[in-house]
Amino acid sequence: MSILVNKKTRLVVQGITGGEGTFHTSQMLAYGTNVVAGVTPGKGGSRYKGNEKDKFNREVPVFNTVADAVKEEGANTSIIYVPAGFAGDAIMEAADSGVQLIVCITEGIPIKDMVQAFEYVTKKGVRLIGPNCPGIITPGEAKVGIMPAFIHKPGRVGVVSRSGTLTYESVWQLTERGIGQSTCIGIGGDPIIGTQFIDAVRLFNEDDKTDGIIMIGEIGGSAEEEAAAYIKKYVSKPVVGFIAGRTAPAGRRMGHAGAIISGGKGTAAEKMKAMKSAGIFVVDSPASMGETMKQALAKKYKATYTIHAKKKTVKKKSAVKKKSIAKKKK
Amino acid sequence: MKIHEYQGKDILKKFSVPVPRGEVAFTVDEAVNAAKRLGGSVWVVKAQIHAGGRGKGGGVKVAKSIDEVKNYAKQILGMTLVTHQTGPEGRLVKRLLIEEGANIDKEMYVGITLDRAQSKNVVMVSTEGGMEIEKVAEEHPEKIIKETIEPSVGFQQFQARKLAFALGLSGDAFKNAVKFLLALYKAYEATDASLFEINPLVITKEGNVIALDAKVNIDDNALYKHPEFAELRDLEEEEPLEIEASKSNLNYIKLDGNVGCMVNGAGLAMATMDIIKLAGGEPANFLDVGGGANAETVASGFKIILSDKNVKAILINIFGGIVRCDRVANGVVEAAKVVDVKIPIVIRLAGTNADIAADILRNSGMSFLVAGDLKDAADKVTKALAA
Repeated sequence: MSILVNKKTRLVVQGITGGEGTFHTSQMLAYGTNVVAGVTPGKGGSRYKGNEKDKFNREVPVFNTVADAVKEEGANTSIIYVPAGFAGDAIMEAADSGVQLIVCITEGIPIKDMVQAFEYVTKKGVRLIGPNCPGIITPGEAKVGIMPAFIHKPGRVGVVSRSGTLTYESVWQLTERGIGQSTCIGIGGDPIIGTQFIDAVRLFNEDDKTDGIIMIGEIGGSAEEEAAAYIKKYVSKPVVGFIAGRTAPAGRRMGHAGAIISGGKGTAAEKMKAMKSAGIFVVDSPASMGETMKQALAKKYKATYTIHAKKKTVKKKSAVKKKSIAKKKK
Repeated sequence: MKIHEYQGKDILKKFSVPVPRGEVAFTVDEAVNAAKRLGGSVWVVKAQIHAGGRGKGGGVKVAKSIDEVKNYAKQILGMTLVTHQTGPEGRLVKRLLIEEGANIDKEMYVGITLDRAQSKNVVMVSTEGGMEIEKVAEEHPEKIIKETIEPSVGFQQFQARKLAFALGLSGDAFKNAVKFLLALYKAYEATDASLFEINPLVITKEGNVIALDAKVNIDDNALYKHPEFAELRDLEEEEPLEIEASKSNLNYIKLDGNVGCMVNGAGLAMATMDIIKLAGGEPANFLDVGGGANAETVASGFKIILSDKNVKAILINIFGGIVRCDRVANGVVEAAKVVDVKIPIVIRLAGTNADIAADILRNSGMSFLVAGDLKDAADKVTKALAA
């Protein structure tokens, strides 16, 4: 299996006739993704085959609205390539149309637009991935995004990351070691994103065809800590984690008031600490994500639970020590 | 985008948020004339830089006569102001705000920003005004009271009342605080701000509520909706190299290390900085060249990195997905010819056509250190630094 996208995915591309939309649709079609429709308001009723530069391997019907694409072609997933100023609206249109999953690639959407769009999709109960993300791929089945397809290999490791190229890096490290992926999700680097680490981790944990999870975070916010708390409680599959930005200067990306809300959260050190205490194999170097997963998977077959059990016993020991010290002091 | 206090206050005034009367001054004479026009007997002379903590650094002075205004203006204009937010190198003061004095009774705090955990805006207040709010958050989180704004209905009256009561206000001060908060949120929404911080928010002895300071950041992604804000950008407050980089569509942030780096993608760029540190170096910059790593962008990247004299080596790390590595390699070779780089360059290209790219680099006749993977790249950086 896999999560969220597969052979049953019926994809509608919002902004299919634009430059980005055309190029990436040609790539998705070439991968074998089931692109059933495109949407460009005003061009409904036509069929699109790409342009001079990027030719499609088959025609795709174009509709005026996402709702039409759902009604006529049974689209169940949407991908958005429309410019930033219109993307918030595009997300809401998709959420209203009846698709179950929306993937928004667009970068640079105004915060105010996203606050509204996020609330709208949440109320509609539709899953959003992104914005400002590379998308999602289930190798061998469906590529719904802009990632380079050839680096992937079908298999049993789930990858979730905030960053695009860093996702590719980890996927490549896995593939080079002969380890395939069940599904890879780039959740996006914006302050407001639809799918968080915790959501992706939960889905991977519940997927019986995923044996291990790579989680790649970065500084800012507290989504990694929340996922770590979930992993500590519910996940027994091996998880390998990395946090980018340990050497990033404080305060450059986050404003003054932002630091208040997270209450001191958001540094790489803090995230790594939370992840380690959850039993995640946290790597110091992004160069060792693949190798560490390889070792973690090997351990799984011998003693998966000891990875967690070990950590727990260590903790208990230290707790006992503390108690005995306290007693001595008394 | 950060803007100056006086610019922020101009915006607030347009939305009926009470601010002290004041004028901006670029010279001592302008400062004196502004004080005369404002009248009264007490003025505040405030340095205008894009950083907090100005008072502690000596950038804010209360003058009790026109002569004092003149002296303080002389003293502050042209000074290098060092605060906890400027870093040790400080900022040169080129603008002043001259304001009428306020009859302060209490100093409070109000801030508006996005709460990432909820994906909603929050309005927060604290009775601990005038202090570093990060410290309050750390030591007394209970002293910061927040109201979450539901996007569909916006900031409600009852929420403003809750916050004003939480500040312990009553009578006129309470009524004025409610009005203040509602007007402030309206301004926040209308300007596509990403941060409002009023610290201190002042309650005067007369029961008036005034924004004595104003920190206003505008969401960069929304600037296209507000052409009127373009003139508020003060390029002198920005790192010259970062401005130069943005002209070539490069996202560059200068750091203090000795290894420059050029990477595609923000996450991989941060990870590359981490690798440099693990290799025994210190990153000299963050540089994301984005999706189109061609000869031109690589050349501007080289120029910008090399204009930092601390840089002893460069690490180029490109994951070619949509961008083909052979193209990037050709770009690097061309750029290195044009720019004449004299320090070691470690290059790691992975992804589409990485093999062809490696051949191009090796056969270029230039002394690139070509790395196979990330670990190899780190090792080569370590070696380059030791040499």
